[in-house]
Amino acid sequence: MKTETRREQFEPPSLIGSILRKLHIDIPLFIGLFLASLLSFVILYSAGSQDMGVLIRQGARVGLAFTLMTVLAHINPFQFKRYSAALFSIGILLLLAVLIMGEIGKGAQRWLDLGFFRFQPSEMIKITTPMMIAWYLAEHPLPPRWKELFIAGILILVPTLLIAKQPDLGTALLVASSGAGVLFFAGLSWRFIASIAAILAALAPVLWHFLHDYQRARVLTFLNPEADPMGRGYHIIQSKIAIGSGGIYGKGWLGSTQSELDFLPESSTDFIFAVFAEEFGLFGCLGLLILYLLIIARSLYIASQAQDTYSRLLAGSLAFTFFVYVFVNIGMVIGVLPVVGVPLPLISYGGTSIVTLLSGFGILMSIHTHKKFIPH
Amino acid sequence: MSRTYTIKDNSVENRLFLNRIVVAFIVILLLSSGLIVRLIYLQIVGHEHYATLAKDNSIKIEPLVPTRGIIYDRNGKILAENTPSYSLELIPEQIKDIDDTLQRLKTLLAIPDEKIEQYQKLRKRQKRFVSTPLLMNMSDEELAKFAVVRPFFPGVDIHVNLVRHYPYYDLASHVVGYVSRINETELKSLPEAEYQGSKHIGKVGIEKSYEAELHGKTGYAEVETNAQSRAIHTVNAVDPDPGADLYLTLDIDLQKTAYDALDIYNGAVVAIEIKTGGVLVFASRPGFDPNPFVVGISNDAYQTLQTSEDQPLYNRALRGLYPPGSTLKPFIGLAGIEYNAIGSQNRLFCPGFYQLPGVSHRYRDWKKTGHGTVNLTQAITESCDVYFYTLASMLGIDNMHRFLQQFGFGEKTGIDLVGEKAGLLPSREWKRNQRNQAWYPGETLITGIGQGFTQVTPLQLARATATLANHGKVVTPYLVNKIVRANATTHGPQVPQEALPLNPANIDKIIDAMVNVVHGDRGTAKVIKNNITYQIGGKTGTAQVFNIKQDAKYNENEIDFKLRDHALFIAFAPADDPQIAVAVIAENGGHGGSVAAPIAGKVIKQYLAGRHEN
Repeated sequence: MKTETRREQFEPPSLIGSILRKLHIDIPLFIGLFLASLLSFVILYSAGSQDMGVLIRQGARVGLAFTLMTVLAHINPFQFKRYSAALFSIGILLLLAVLIMGEIGKGAQRWLDLGFFRFQPSEMIKITTPMMIAWYLAEHPLPPRWKELFIAGILILVPTLLIAKQPDLGTALLVASSGAGVLFFAGLSWRFIASIAAILAALAPVLWHFLHDYQRARVLTFLNPEADPMGRGYHIIQSKIAIGSGGIYGKGWLGSTQSELDFLPESSTDFIFAVFAEEFGLFGCLGLLILYLLIIARSLYIASQAQDTYSRLLAGSLAFTFFVYVFVNIGMVIGVLPVVGVPLPLISYGGTSIVTLLSGFGILMSIHTHKKFIPH
Repeated sequence: MSRTYTIKDNSVENRLFLNRIVVAFIVILLLSSGLIVRLIYLQIVGHEHYATLAKDNSIKIEPLVPTRGIIYDRNGKILAENTPSYSLELIPEQIKDIDDTLQRLKTLLAIPDEKIEQYQKLRKRQKRFVSTPLLMNMSDEELAKFAVVRPFFPGVDIHVNLVRHYPYYDLASHVVGYVSRINETELKSLPEAEYQGSKHIGKVGIEKSYEAELHGKTGYAEVETNAQSRAIHTVNAVDPDPGADLYLTLDIDLQKTAYDALDIYNGAVVAIEIKTGGVLVFASRPGFDPNPFVVGISNDAYQTLQTSEDQPLYNRALRGLYPPGSTLKPFIGLAGIEYNAIGSQNRLFCPGFYQLPGVSHRYRDWKKTGHGTVNLTQAITESCDVYFYTLASMLGIDNMHRFLQQFGFGEKTGIDLVGEKAGLLPSREWKRNQRNQAWYPGETLITGIGQGFTQVTPLQLARATATLANHGKVVTPYLVNKIVRANATTHGPQVPQEALPLNPANIDKIIDAMVNVVHGDRGTAKVIKNNITYQIGGKTGTAQVFNIKQDAKYNENEIDFKLRDHALFIAFAPADDPQIAVAVIAENGGHGGSVAAPIAGKVIKQYLAGRHEN
């Protein structure tokens, strides 16, 4: 720790900069996240029919999320590593609890009611799964061998299946990809990746068999939305109309006619990108994508600078999962991916996802700001 | 990459990791470019197209709800229909002073304050140009009162909705069932598009079992709307396909006869047309009025129905489980001669009780003095218990179980109604699995006279009787005869009658014995033999509601009505060419012969009289 403080003395003294450094905040990442959150308010105001209540509730959540991020950034990554297995196990137990309560209550349940607030264990699992896999693989030489791959595969599969059973396909997908991300950064051989892809393609019909009816309907709708304009295809058709009608420059802020006229369902949550694209056009979309890419690039940079294997793998996976969020949501809204319930990260209305996302970035910042100076 | 190393090699790992970071970023850039290409396609190439659509996205898609199919009985009498119901609706934007209008309507139609309050709440949730109901189900008087002053109430109008109506009220409430508001759980499992406009769904009976057919296919109208999403005109519409009309095999007049004949008794009557399996009567008493369920039954009324000791909501014919009592004897008798356990002319002496070898317990006959020496025909005619104790002990439980299973005891009949109970046909295996106990010889005896573990539904009993009367050709009951759609008519689930491997001569002997039950001098159901030109075969039964002690005497007059035995009767007619099979259960009726048999007699006589006229 001493070396770190010494290093700080060489940096030019700027007031805000030094405060942020004391807070263990990574400035570029912070700026990106802050801009995205600001943008969230701008779009929500329009998509939520100019309802200040929506903004206030979102504001409270964003505030909580940034606080949590700062707290996590303060914790030494060594501590994350130390408690990875424990946190993961707690998460799994909570998932089981939710599942059992759901069975008893005869209905799908995703949250535990703790009296004063509702807690979704699946959100916690989004972070603890890559922590667990990173912790496990960091103990072994890389790239991982068959035995490690097998165990890591099970560790990914358990939470994924538990969440898919809730049923929450979107979150299950994110959890699976966060685990897969760790494996990828751990140096999973290309041949192995290729064979997994081939097996998955071959298994698709089997998976189809296990999907819920409504999930199948979503996939079918994705393949041909016009076939069911009254039902499931409605979302995608209306969202494409909204995006396409935005054109290059967009209709301007508050100019969305589709969400205004209630044509676009879930315009504040999963389909908010459609409102954004309608109001800000192709330029706006490019801008937003670039902002996302900058956040991802910074995160990957942090990963590349990380000094121990655990930190690297975890940081890489968090960056990668963030991109999966972006890609799956936008892909769904613009009609190139089936509809799965994944929000647009940092922008969509809704509490839990932004808290989890910023917690992830808190861990990234912690990794970046707690580096020891290791002489080569 | 080679795998020769086993210890951690930091520089190799480092290179590998950096390599992966770069690859990941390249993949991310490529995928993002994919998104951008798609966005360019939508926002530049497709812009004009989508912009037009957006402008026309003044076009809203509204569901057009299909009319629900009508349910008829076999003679075309309506069992469930859609009747107009009138509601008073207000369009707020067309009313200058809404409070004044409400006040005037209140005095005119004597509307209670709570309805006005309800309306105010409803109105605030709706757009100003949407017509919102103030009064539902208006009476003729209310309609007339408003019609006169209508010109003074701009923006207020009477609307007509179709509401499901059941003209026979409690008579066929269990079999026809009812529709009611779709609840949240149902909403989740329903096809979203199909039920967009529908408010009701079949909850029980035919209404539920044939929901898909009755509901029809929802259409939709593309309605052009202006900026405030007010409908201007319909651009394009796909008409809904109305629900299919159902013609049941049920004869509602016969059902009424059966239902009325049960009179003071709770119970069930099931009658089956033997040659087809079509169910003629499916009565369960007491019934209930299904109409309040359609508009939303009040909590109190529902509680009353739910908690009533008579259980009016319970479909006894389909789900009621009763010991078959002596109505099982013809089947046991047939098993006896089929399996050569006893000859039909073999005689047994009945001293009024039966004892297993080496056991002091006396299995008593209902007739304390005994029936003397009886053969199979006499044993069935007089319902001699001792004969069947003996026969059961000769057959053994395994044979009885195997034989009775063929007649459908212990399994669902497969009728086209949801919620059927399978009843219980005991066996060694069942007892081992369910009770973890061995089978005792005494249990074989009481199974032989239809007591003990055996439980049947009235429907099963009627079906088994029909199969027996049909000389072993298995009758499968069904209710929907015809499904009539706009362009096609399909028939209900008639199943070909498959023949059981039974000796026809043996069946004739049992049928003769059952005819003797009604027409013989000593028959237990001779009360119904009058005024007919054909013969009825039948068998009485009594099912114990509670066990009397070994030495106690069952005295009907001394015990509580609710503890009296159930009266059962199964019958078919005409004996030489059976057309109809009936099963009757009158709860706490006491005697099969005096209470249950006359009910079956009325049903058979009315049905066959009708056939002779034709």
